[in-house]
Amino acid sequence: MNRSQVKDPVLVRWILTGLALAALVLIVVLPLAAVFVQAFEKGWQAYRDAIVQPETVSAIELSLLAVGISVPLNLLFGLAAAWAITKFQFTGKNVLTTLIDIPFGVSPVISGLVYVLVFGAQGWFGVWLAAHDIQIIFAVPGIILATTFVTFPFVARELIALMESQGTEEEEAALVLGANAWQMFFRVTLPNIKWGLLYGAVLCTARALGEFGAVSVVSGHIRGQTNTLPLHVEILYNEYKYAGAFAVASLLSVLAVIALALKKFLEWKTSEERG
Amino acid sequence: MSIEVQHVRKVFGTHEALKDVSLRIESGELMALLGPSGSGKTTLLRIIAGLDLPDSGTIRLHDEDATRSTARDRQVGFVFQHYALFRHMTVFENIAFGLRVRPKSTRPTERDIVARVYELLQLIQLDWLGDRYPSQLSGGQRQRVALARALAVEPRVLLLDEPFGALDAKVRRELRQWLRRLHDDLHIASVFVTHDQEEALEVADRVAILSDGNIEQVGTPEEVCRRPSNAFVEEFLRDVNPRSLNLRVR
Repeated sequence: MNRSQVKDPVLVRWILTGLALAALVLIVVLPLAAVFVQAFEKGWQAYRDAIVQPETVSAIELSLLAVGISVPLNLLFGLAAAWAITKFQFTGKNVLTTLIDIPFGVSPVISGLVYVLVFGAQGWFGVWLAAHDIQIIFAVPGIILATTFVTFPFVARELIALMESQGTEEEEAALVLGANAWQMFFRVTLPNIKWGLLYGAVLCTARALGEFGAVSVVSGHIRGQTNTLPLHVEILYNEYKYAGAFAVASLLSVLAVIALALKKFLEWKTSEERG
Repeated sequence: MSIEVQHVRKVFGTHEALKDVSLRIESGELMALLGPSGSGKTTLLRIIAGLDLPDSGTIRLHDEDATRSTARDRQVGFVFQHYALFRHMTVFENIAFGLRVRPKSTRPTERDIVARVYELLQLIQLDWLGDRYPSQLSGGQRQRVALARALAVEPRVLLLDEPFGALDAKVRRELRQWLRRLHDDLHIASVFVTHDQEEALEVADRVAILSDGNIEQVGTPEEVCRRPSNAFVEEFLRDVNPRSLNLRVR
């Protein structure tokens, strides 16, 4: 093989790098910058006013509530699923692995619609729920359900990959040394996967905060009651309150950047865990 | 403490890993399970340890039926092929693990645990490595830590899965001799799995040769070499360096 086949000429390298950078600026950096420019267009005071509006505050609260419930739930489900899949042999294992990925494959709008079909007034359990005065659709429980569904795969997928690469030998060693199931889990398994678990939680949180489609279908957009942050951005935008819309959007963007930084740090930590 | 395997069968899916295997290992004896890969030797070791359950047959430890007791209750020391050290714990904590997870009533005091761990670290000649992590050790050092961890709980039997498989030739030879001496000091029944004929013949008191889920022959190294009981054993031991028998570490 001669030299030119292995090493691209300098010109080609510069052109390729330039193209990649241009695409990055155009597709990622500019829109992100635009969010902040728009948000602060009318000054710091207007920004602050937009954020402290009661409807915005209630949207922040609802988003945090949805994250606060769906992320711990998915940590639990994800851990249970990953544990079952990687530490045991059973029939239907492949089916379970595929089922976990469904929320990634289905459009979020469909995910929302499914819950309307099941729990809505005309849905399977609609009559029963109405009779017992339980409201799920167009209420907070529906938002939490939809968020949990959409973010379900993050923790499970991360842990399955991590736990598969670690194998079951350390758990077996713990058992032979006399540990019971709790001791094995808390002293061996959990410390081995803690960074992977956090990594899954960060991805899950980022997605839960930003979820629009599924939540939009089940929320009903009742201001001050069933509006999450992304839904609130849309409402403000549709009402031509651009400064407000971008102020709220900038909040979400800051959270996304924090999540990204955490994600990088945790990727580094989990690669140590795998080693 | 003796180990007795009686008519053990084990099937994985459609593969019959063990077909009616019986074997007795006396107290103080060092037994090698020797065979090509896929012959069922590791499965047999795991069944003795309680990590796998036999489909039929019984396991007796010290003349008590242990078939239904869990790995946790059998008090066996098990050294895994890839050591399976707890990667997030120091060498010290790895060795202390078996003592720390005991129920409060039988758990030694912290002082006794520290003393016991240092005693074991001296035994494996690594007493300056107590605060290192497994990833900072060489293969031979990990192997010895794994052994110390297994011995910390004063097991009734010691089981080793390919204990020298992942080590280079020089370290392997040193560890073989060391293991032999250690076994003689401990007076417990030990079983190790290997696919290396010379290793089995050099270290073990008796050798069980497995093939395709059956035990083909059990005997001292001299017996299996001089009087192979069938064509497989003869073929399997044919290429062994005859010096192996003279090199025996005793």
